[in-house]
Amino acid sequence: MKRSSDAREAVLGSVRSALAGGQRGSADSIPREYRGQRHVEALPELFRERVAEYRAAVHTTDSTEAPETVLGVLERADARRVVVPEGLPAQWSDPVAEHHDTLGDRPRLSTTTLENADAVLTTCTVGIATTGTIVLDHGPGQGRRALTLLPDTHVCLVAASRIVDDVPAALAELDPAGPMTFISGPSATSDIELERVEGVHGPRDLHVVIVGDV
Amino acid sequence: MSGVDLGMPTFPDAAHRAVRDAQLRHNLGRATSTIRNKRAAVVDELDDWEQLRASGAAIKAHTLSRLDTYLERFESAVTAAGGTVHWARDAAEANRIVTELVRETGETEAVKVKSMATQEIGLNEALASAGISAWETDLAELIVQLDEDRPSHILVPAIHRNRSEIREIFRREMSGSGAPAPADLTDDPVQLAEAARHHLREKFLRANVAISGANFAVAETGSLVVVESEGNGRMCLTMPDNLISVVGIEKLVPSWRDLEVFLQLLPRSSTGERMNPYTSVLSGVTEEDGPSNFHVVLLDNGRSEALADEVGSQALRCIRCSACLNVCPVYERAGGHAYGSVYPGPIGAVLTPQLYGVESEDTASLPYASTLCGACYDVCPVAIEIPELLVHLRHRTTRERKGWFDRLTGTAMRGLGWVFGDSKRLGRAQRIASLGGRLFGRRGIGRLPWPMSRWTDARDAPAPASESFRQWWERNRTGSGDER
Ligand code: SF4
Repeated sequence: MKRSSDAREAVLGSVRSALAGGQRGSADSIPREYRGQRHVEALPELFRERVAEYRAAVHTTDSTEAPETVLGVLERADARRVVVPEGLPAQWSDPVAEHHDTLGDRPRLSTTTLENADAVLTTCTVGIATTGTIVLDHGPGQGRRALTLLPDTHVCLVAASRIVDDVPAALAELDPAGPMTFISGPSATSDIELERVEGVHGPRDLHVVIVGDV
Repeated sequence: MSGVDLGMPTFPDAAHRAVRDAQLRHNLGRATSTIRNKRAAVVDELDDWEQLRASGAAIKAHTLSRLDTYLERFESAVTAAGGTVHWARDAAEANRIVTELVRETGETEAVKVKSMATQEIGLNEALASAGISAWETDLAELIVQLDEDRPSHILVPAIHRNRSEIREIFRREMSGSGAPAPADLTDDPVQLAEAARHHLREKFLRANVAISGANFAVAETGSLVVVESEGNGRMCLTMPDNLISVVGIEKLVPSWRDLEVFLQLLPRSSTGERMNPYTSVLSGVTEEDGPSNFHVVLLDNGRSEALADEVGSQALRCIRCSACLNVCPVYERAGGHAYGSVYPGPIGAVLTPQLYGVESEDTASLPYASTLCGACYDVCPVAIEIPELLVHLRHRTTRERKGWFDRLTGTAMRGLGWVFGDSKRLGRAQRIASLGGRLFGRRGIGRLPWPMSRWTDARDAPAPASESFRQWWERNRTGSGDER
């Protein structure tokens, strides 16, 4: 495309002439005096509290009790068809498969199937305590992005050891080579008189299950 | 420049607008004070807010000082990750590129994530004239689009609408472009959101093309970051097979790590939350996940020129959080439409004249839409010295626009001169105004008809007397001769 290479040169040229003679800073001189780390006493407790403030449901449990907790959540959500992404450890997926229709994503589930699924069960990469956020990098146990978007209930297992204090620590753990989704509570809008309404296009119910001893 | 509203309104128009403005004032006052308080609470939680702010400002200033380098770096990172980068000098070029890209897919519709850049270039209109329907999917943008209205706030584009107005818009307009609103729709926000979910779901699942903007573009990794609340952004970025993102060249940040600053600054400044519900990061094309055909259109449209102004270029740091709108006494009274631009409020007053030039009186008058109280600077997460910029731009417009001061504050004063210069016109304007006075009682009115609107857009006018001095004079001193 000839036009686009002309435009490229024109834009870059215009930027260069605007900057001509000006100071060009060095990235090293950017002040970073904010806290790289927040001194949070009990990360899982803060995480729990902050997630709950978004009106997500939070459950704290341990690895022995966790399958029971997950089953309870799915039952209360009346979830019959549950999407289980590849790579979800058998200790979590097997109990679900015993009681529900589980849908694996290999071969890829159709959009319609995902739409008709009731829930999805995943892990996450990190949890951020200060902001009450879970981050999915869509690796094993988390599935491609559509899996956690179309079903109306998302149940996410968070290992307590994966909870960090704040955003800087979380980003340091993440590799932006692939897609990522930061989730803080259920889908919400405040567009109507700034009144918060949960559940617009994303899952309306978010359940975060903190597994204390993992 | 598009979006400038300068037609002399007929009286019914003027009255209609003024009535709507009373509602607007009410909606706006409630909304801005709510967000202001939420913001203050979550900002106070962080004892290093000022340090974050200083870093945010420095990262942006640094990026701008080496923008050419970072743009090239971003381009190669996106390309390496399987995306294609296009460059657009101006709005027309960007629109052409996007239209062409949509045409290549053979589709005639696209779903859109709320994006200031695409509003700035008038993309929806350009696509429409090429026979392509672009569906806005953000709830507020949907409201605005259905009503053929214009956004009035960066973050909450339908901030000037209350729930019963929204219900009416949904009932009237939804069926024209997809699933209709349920017959028993009430004005409960939960029901309204549900109606929007239903209306848009079929569009998300059907669409094969999505168009987005980006909050940040990371030079090092070629990543785009889209910050949102409703999940419509995730839908657009994930479901269709083709994605076109229009990104202003000032959106760049050098490295992934820099986001640790902005992902703290933006949500707290913007919606007053510790974190917004959804932030999506995408870096090029990922096999079996999301679009396989990904294009980024880098948009200049006046930005490189603004960059040349040492003081003015600060405005390019803006991360569009809209905190400055919510604290601005002028914005709170005038509303977003008064700025005649997609960028309203204090940031609009300094950005619009720079992006569009000061040749037009509408843009040249914007730096005057301020009381220089400084509240905007205090809340700005990237510490843009908006009051200083306003003064600087006032100087610049005076310098660049010969005869500017003869016309005083431009259109406003010239318009007033035009009204005062002819007794018939003055009489007409006063009669319109005094009818306004009778309609509004003594409460004060928001907006006078053009050209006096240029003055009342920035301040409250007291309700006019139901009889003007001239009417009184004519009634009492008929035949007395000289009127002046
Ligand atoms: S100027 Fe500052 S406060 Fe205003 S929208 Fe931009 S970043 Fe936010």
